[in-house]
Amino acid sequence: MSDQITLLGLESSCDDTAAAVLRGVPGQRAEILSSVVAGQTELHAPFGGVVPEIAARAHAEKLDTCVEEALTEAALSLNDIDAIAVTAGPGLIGGVLSGVMCAKGLALGLGVPLIGVNHLAGHALTPRLTDGVDFPYLMLLVSGGHCQFLIAHGPEEFTRLGGTIDDAPGEAFDKTARLLGLPQPGGPSVEAEARTGDAKRFRFPRPLLDRDGCDMSFSGLKTAILRTRDQLVAEHGGLHVTDRADICAGFQAAVVDVLSEKTRRALGVYLQINPDSPTLAVAGGVAANGAIRAGLETVCADLDVAFTAPPLSLCTDNAAMIAYAGMERFATGGRDDMTLVARPRWPLDQSAPALLGGGRKGAKA
Amino acid sequence: MSQATEFSLSSPDATADLAAQLAVRLLPGDVVLLEGDIGTGKTHFARSLIQHLLPIPEDVPSPTFTLVQTYDTADFEIWHADLYRLTSPDEVVELGLVDAFEDCLCLIEWPDRLADLTPENALLLQFSLGPVEGSRTLRASWSDPKWTARLQGVSNG
Repeated sequence: MSDQITLLGLESSCDDTAAAVLRGVPGQRAEILSSVVAGQTELHAPFGGVVPEIAARAHAEKLDTCVEEALTEAALSLNDIDAIAVTAGPGLIGGVLSGVMCAKGLALGLGVPLIGVNHLAGHALTPRLTDGVDFPYLMLLVSGGHCQFLIAHGPEEFTRLGGTIDDAPGEAFDKTARLLGLPQPGGPSVEAEARTGDAKRFRFPRPLLDRDGCDMSFSGLKTAILRTRDQLVAEHGGLHVTDRADICAGFQAAVVDVLSEKTRRALGVYLQINPDSPTLAVAGGVAANGAIRAGLETVCADLDVAFTAPPLSLCTDNAAMIAYAGMERFATGGRDDMTLVARPRWPLDQSAPALLGGGRKGAKA
Repeated sequence: MSQATEFSLSSPDATADLAAQLAVRLLPGDVVLLEGDIGTGKTHFARSLIQHLLPIPEDVPSPTFTLVQTYDTADFEIWHADLYRLTSPDEVVELGLVDAFEDCLCLIEWPDRLADLTPENALLLQFSLGPVEGSRTLRASWSDPKWTARLQGVSNG
């Protein structure tokens, strides 16, 4: 087909460096020809997947290798690439900058369009890449660094209904693991512990559940766990295996309750716009948690809303989603030039009020 | 000679209030180190401080995953960093923190990762859980005499 295009996507906005090749007709379905995430397993294994890539230089070096690998896997050469899509933010500036510079060089050298992509748009559009979900759908983006409800109206049009005012749930899982001496990343290890625990023994807080709206707070859970742990240690001289499992189960139950209830409210707002085929899409590493997923599926079933969660490899940071978001922008004429800048902060919905968190009392004089 | 003072904070609001009092006393080139176990309120304090200084309200997310979040005020940049995930002081340099110490206001969580790079003129704030739920004890210590004058009048209510 003549209007089919092939995009190279680059992602280096956080811990990982990635490149991917995607082929499709803009505005229609696309096929991932390759998706490479740099040295994740061998580099991160000893540290449990939490070691960040800080140096811009290291990102730049890895990008070259990733691009080469992605092209080889796709059995293509640079000359087959019709456009370059790159994460231009938000993220750690050094990483974003090296991605943008690499993309500019490639676009200039090949004489092809350059498309800057918002990393969060990449996550938010993934359900369209994997499941062909139609706009408008409700997106719950829930990961180590993010937690927000978005209505996706179009490739660049999102309404934020709410989000966390402090920590993201992924961070809460990691820090719970840290407090209890469980391995990182905390998501899988806390979930595994929780399986044998009694979720009713410790009643942890469900912050903001009593308040209207879709905002969430997970920071207070850390303190509650810290106090419980210290109390158990003071009483028994240590933390028993069952204590630890019970804390994990209680913690996970609190997260499930908050996410489920807030999802119910977000769906209520979303359903008011009468979508043709109501859908909740969940993306981000936390979507891999079985208990959270089951909670969200129950809410969707109650409200007759379809539930979808892209496969984990496309839920965590990757470049295929960036290439796809680039293709969606391409379809609507989105192009950037050599003035494209790296943006450490870049909210998807710039009209939404800031999530203020505790402590700020009204507008400042 | 180092000096120290201690504040008993009865609630998250009291912590936020103290952060706001400190906020207006800070200048570019100041480094504030925030120490304490997980869940003792370091980020809450930093968020309250930053939001008090921002001309336009903005999200102040936890910096744990991004390592550094930067914010613009009318006069200077604020750097909010969480160094927990760093494995060597070299990475502090890579992050650009050493340069930021010079001309930005820096709020640093898990500052033990700075090792020899810890600025001598920094203000150290140590957080711990207080006797009742929601309460905290905050110990401030410093060796640079500028902080003695700066902290005059700061009180816990």
